[in-house]
Amino acid sequence: MLTFKDVSYLRDGFLLRVDCTVKGPGISAVIGPSGGGKSTFLSLIAGFDLPDAGTIYWGDTDLRPLAPGDRPVAVLFQDNNLFPHLDVLTNVALGASPLARPAEDAKVRAVEALGRVGLSGFENRLPGELSGGQQSRAALARILLTDRAVVLMDEAFSALGPSLRVEMLGLVTELLADRIVLMVTHDPMDAKGVAGQTIFVDAGDVFAPVETAGLFANPHKALADYLA
Amino acid sequence: MAERAQQIGFGTWVGVAAAVAIPGLILVTTLAIFWVAEPGSGLGSSDWAAVRFTLWQATLSAVFSVALAVPVARALARQRFPGRGILVTLLGAPFLLPVIVAVFGLLAVFGRGGFVNVGLVWMGLPEVSIYGLHGVVLAHVFFNLPLATRLILQGWQGIPAERYRLAASLGMEAAAVNRHLERPMLWQVLPGAGLVIFVLCTTSFAVALTLGGGPSATTVELAIYQALRFEFDLSRAAFLSLIQLTITVVLAMLAFRFVRHPGFDRGFDRRMVRYDGRRGVLPYQDGVLIGGVTTFLLLPILAVVFRGVPELWGLPTQVWTSALRSVLVALSSTVLVVVLALAMALTVVRLRRGTWVETAGLLTVAASPLVLGTGLFVLIHPVANPEALALPVTILVNAMATLPFALRAMVPAYRGIEADYGRLADTLSLTGWARMRLLILPRLRRPLGFSAGLAAALSMGDLGVIALFADPETATLPLQIYRLMGSYRMDDASGAAVLLLGLSFGLFWIFDRGARRADV
Amino acid sequence: MRYSILGVGLLMAASVVHAEDKPILTVMTYDSFVSDWGPGPAVEDAFEGFCECDLNFVAAGDGAALLARVKLEGARSEADVVLGLDTNLTAEAVETGLFAAHDMAKAALDLPVDWTDQTFLPYDWGYFAFVHNADMADVPGDMKALGSSDTKIIIQDPRSSTPGLGLLMWVKAAYGDDASAVWEALADNVVTVTPGWSEAYGLFLEGEADMVLSYTTSPAYHLIAEEDDTKKAALFSEGHYMQVEVGGILKSSDQPALAEAFLSFMVTDGFQSIIPTTNWMYPAAVPEAGLPDGFETLIQPEKPLLFSPEEAQAIRASALDEWLNALSK
Repeated sequence: MLTFKDVSYLRDGFLLRVDCTVKGPGISAVIGPSGGGKSTFLSLIAGFDLPDAGTIYWGDTDLRPLAPGDRPVAVLFQDNNLFPHLDVLTNVALGASPLARPAEDAKVRAVEALGRVGLSGFENRLPGELSGGQQSRAALARILLTDRAVVLMDEAFSALGPSLRVEMLGLVTELLADRIVLMVTHDPMDAKGVAGQTIFVDAGDVFAPVETAGLFANPHKALADYLA
Repeated sequence: MAERAQQIGFGTWVGVAAAVAIPGLILVTTLAIFWVAEPGSGLGSSDWAAVRFTLWQATLSAVFSVALAVPVARALARQRFPGRGILVTLLGAPFLLPVIVAVFGLLAVFGRGGFVNVGLVWMGLPEVSIYGLHGVVLAHVFFNLPLATRLILQGWQGIPAERYRLAASLGMEAAAVNRHLERPMLWQVLPGAGLVIFVLCTTSFAVALTLGGGPSATTVELAIYQALRFEFDLSRAAFLSLIQLTITVVLAMLAFRFVRHPGFDRGFDRRMVRYDGRRGVLPYQDGVLIGGVTTFLLLPILAVVFRGVPELWGLPTQVWTSALRSVLVALSSTVLVVVLALAMALTVVRLRRGTWVETAGLLTVAASPLVLGTGLFVLIHPVANPEALALPVTILVNAMATLPFALRAMVPAYRGIEADYGRLADTLSLTGWARMRLLILPRLRRPLGFSAGLAAALSMGDLGVIALFADPETATLPLQIYRLMGSYRMDDASGAAVLLLGLSFGLFWIFDRGARRADV
Repeated sequence: MRYSILGVGLLMAASVVHAEDKPILTVMTYDSFVSDWGPGPAVEDAFEGFCECDLNFVAAGDGAALLARVKLEGARSEADVVLGLDTNLTAEAVETGLFAAHDMAKAALDLPVDWTDQTFLPYDWGYFAFVHNADMADVPGDMKALGSSDTKIIIQDPRSSTPGLGLLMWVKAAYGDDASAVWEALADNVVTVTPGWSEAYGLFLEGEADMVLSYTTSPAYHLIAEEDDTKKAALFSEGHYMQVEVGGILKSSDQPALAEAFLSFMVTDGFQSIIPTTNWMYPAAVPEAGLPDGFETLIQPEKPLLFSPEEAQAIRASALDEWLNALSK
């Protein structure tokens, strides 16, 4: 359970405020107009940015003093999810063992994870040799290896084609069912398709998560304006 | 970038320590000289004239070097031809040459009896004299054009291939590529490159005087030399050195203020194919440019080689042993430079206001080798025998002198790596040695190899402070060349110069090519 | 490989132990003195042959750097003897109070001038001269002729080199108050001014000028070492300024007797016979066997010029200003 208590974050005249709770497991879509604060919201959870006031709890743990790597949070970025100079196997194994020489059992688990995302046989390829969809799968395989309970996806599949995106979302639903997934997306269809809950972010206000089907069936004014 | 929950690790502390220790050492050596100085004459009008001349020639040298380097680097970046990689490495040679060797090479081309004048006379045209301010600038451009070209070329290589593909798909002409891709990059690279060259030229001594044609070409470094050697006016020497350092710090702060970080994200290391250089007259224009610059840079070096090669076999054994000593000194300096530069680059990138670290590194170029050497001598002499420490001191000073180049090459690259992959590495808890080993070192390979090669080669050729400390058993190769010249043995000296050139260049080649081979 | 390194280390350790049995005499001198091809190795062998001591050279750049080094080290210096200052610098050296008087006032010397210095003893000397190629036409016969000709010369900077300073003294000794005018006439002959002798001589050999400031003995090097007789020194009618290189004992020496012995040795044949063909200067006391073959071909100036150390020190600053003014135009 992620709890935001009176969190505020001010940068360059833009104020983001969060005061809500995200319960898991399950996928929550994060939607809203561009510049509304979706990415900043995720940054605060990941630890790339620190709130000016308020607290973020994971269960009873205050996340503020923790560095990004020490938080129970894994991230899928829009791009640059893989180190281009490392082969796929090492890239994935880093999820379990971020050491100069990843441990042997991490490699074994990486091979297995690659199998689960359908990338068996690609272990020794470099990321540049993979297609966009395959790169996303490899990054997903790494997340499987981390034991992080929260997964943030910042438009992770926006570069993929529609069918590929649906396929990836299906994979996420299937493989990350036991985690809290926060998924920023521009497409309401993504939210409707896979997200049980939706968090609407607009003009610096992060609304508490609402059951997705209900939200879209009966949108409040700000959401209606955004969808229109 | 907003503040992040940064981890300040061991490497960062090494970087901070180095960044404090280096200016500290420079300051302490200068103060040590003040300490032993008797009240001196203070600065006279001739000293200020020297300051003015120094600034003026350094400004001209930096402007011409950079202005010429931009089209050369662009031509090299957008054209592909067989031998291009070797050419890029070869073009670095002048920068690696010991000063006196390079001067003789230049004179073989531009001197009274050089190719140019022989050609002019043959065509019935009047001779041109290399001696004067233009000669000083010509020599400094010869030395620094390769460095400027390499630094700028690295900027070009820092623009991801995907950007050029995008540009090509949009049908962008060269002018548009320039405006949208290249100019932002140049804004980031040029101030630093220009500054390094400027500072490098301010400590010029032998080149400025030998080619300057007379005492109106007096630089601050010569004034320091005079004050230290002939007048033993230590306080004046220290004052002059402080002026030089102050100018550098002020300029460094100005230059870094203007540095922009366009924040190019990285692509997937695809091999870069340039489309914009294939149209119209561009290949020919670029070809002429590359050919011209190659001739300008390599002809003097070939002159040195042809002059010295026949003498190689008759060299006294002392020359060979000092060559071996020089190689060992150079390799030790290289290790030191790589460790310091990595730690300092890490610090520059990690600390929010980290550019002072880079400024601190730059100070070592501005520090007068004479003042540094004398100050170290003053510090060491009471507690230890300076001769016994000649080689360690040389290793340290050589490393300090090369550090700014390593930083210039590594900091932007390091910054790019952190900008692109820092967050990913953070979320993976990739810290400390693992981050270094898996992320930084592999992606920093090119600038790292370049820096190591540069450090090795410059340490080979640098006279530095060894002259103050050396006894007959610790002379390095450059010092040996001066000793040969000082005893009429110009032929042996030219042979030893070729040996030095070969070793310097060989070391540079091994490091630089070794690092680049893997990705072409 | 590892064993051979170990062996070298053991040998070195052994030689250190061995050396500690004997007293050590430390001689500070300029760089080119101590190189393989300089006088250093032969001098060391000769002196160690009878002194029951270990002679150790310390090199400190050129002549001017030597004095700076002596001043820097002060009374704490480990050196016993300083070798290589010239008379333009000795007055300043005496003023430091670091040097002790020597005991050899009656040493038999063959200098063209009287030697009365109680602190320093000369070991070699030479005349400054402009050196040119033998095939040069219209070799000028004095400074004025040089100044009015279009002969191109290379000189050294008096602020960083002892020959440069020597030329300053030469013009001053020969022309006194007219020195300024002589320099103004010479200004357009000067191709360039180098920081040291090596650069100037090197440039001359590469054909950058018709003449270079060096020594009357320079052609002897080419003749004897290279069997090349194409280099000549020009004889100037106003006389030639001398450079006299001297040795002196430091007061702080912990081996004063040995130092005195070295200075005595310095003016004997054992040392003097080494000088002509290693330092390419005239020995201060011509050895019994005479000068090496080839030296008889050198020009013999009729008027030796030399300021006393005190005079040289007194006029240096004003002469330097004259030089700077004339050449900066």
